[in-house]
Amino acid sequence: MKQFPWATSVRRGLAALFFAVMAVALWAPIDSRAEYGDVVINNYADAAGMRPAIFPHWFHRIRFRCKVCHADLGFQFKAGGNEITMLKIIDGQFCGACHNGEIAWSVENCDLCHSGKPNTPTQVHESTIQKLAIPVGGKK
Amino acid sequence: MIRRIPTLLLPFFAAALLGSTPAIAQDAKTKAAAAAPAPAAAPAAAPAPAGDVNRFNRLLKPANQRNLPPTQDGIHDPTGEGTSALMPPLSAFESLPRSNAGNRVNWVKALEDKAINPRWDRLDPNAAPVVMDLNIVREVKGSMPDVVYPHKQHTMWLDCSNCHPAIFIPQKGANQISMAAILLGQKCGVCHGKVAFPVSECRICHSKKKDGPIARSASSQQ
Repeated sequence: MKQFPWATSVRRGLAALFFAVMAVALWAPIDSRAEYGDVVINNYADAAGMRPAIFPHWFHRIRFRCKVCHADLGFQFKAGGNEITMLKIIDGQFCGACHNGEIAWSVENCDLCHSGKPNTPTQVHESTIQKLAIPVGGKK
Repeated sequence: MIRRIPTLLLPFFAAALLGSTPAIAQDAKTKAAAAAPAPAAAPAAAPAPAGDVNRFNRLLKPANQRNLPPTQDGIHDPTGEGTSALMPPLSAFESLPRSNAGNRVNWVKALEDKAINPRWDRLDPNAAPVVMDLNIVREVKGSMPDVVYPHKQHTMWLDCSNCHPAIFIPQKGANQISMAAILLGQKCGVCHGKVAFPVSECRICHSKKKDGPIARSASSQQ
């Protein structure tokens, strides 16, 4: 050890470097944006004291083609344009066509859909028009 | 000397563990005096302190900010009971072909390569779409290549009634389409720029060379 008197300081420096790297890596900015195509639906949720519902397009398009929901189930191509209510879902319309405990998990799993930050406006997340024209609730 | 080697390798282990070169590079810059091997990584990626207005590609999302899990994605409530149970998108995208825009998945290729097998019918897993292979060429003003619209890739996902007649009148010359309309979410923009690839990918649509002095050779692409 004697021939390297600087070894301790190098090791100390490396330890400091390691912790600094960890700190920078863990301090990831949390204010970033969600997945392209995620739809936030907040027609009635906030007013009813629920978190807004978030529909992940990516998850569903892996399992179903666009046609299943947008032609067969009658979903309009417009965020918030479908006037979806829990009553209709329980009645088997819209999300309820699959989220009925048979094709997919049913409505008692409230928090899986109603998982948005409160007061998030209805939107297609990361859409071109959102980036160009409509500021998202002023927080970005 | 033998004792020295593992110590010198430590930063590389740290780099491999974290997989975050910008963070390493940024750190390497501030702590350059501490370690000899680390500065070698510094020029590889631009340091990105949040407050630096001159940061390279300041408004673009860096690679490590794409496809974040629900708890970090900005619209899900991290305190929600269900949020942590949701699937992180990246875990699903790992096996899918990548692209350069949107959520960075080439969905059409994924379907063609059978990397995914989404149902055509809600209940019947064996139902197959009626695919129509018909290309529509739209001659555009200006110097951009003409647009080739392939029915094939669209009918693999969609039903005729999704687009016709509400969005596109099924008649030649009856549809006025502009990039402005698309950017505002009309016509092609009903999907492209929301869930399908956005307009930044010009040449996927504008793909047919014009005949005439601009084009070097007669168009072969259909």
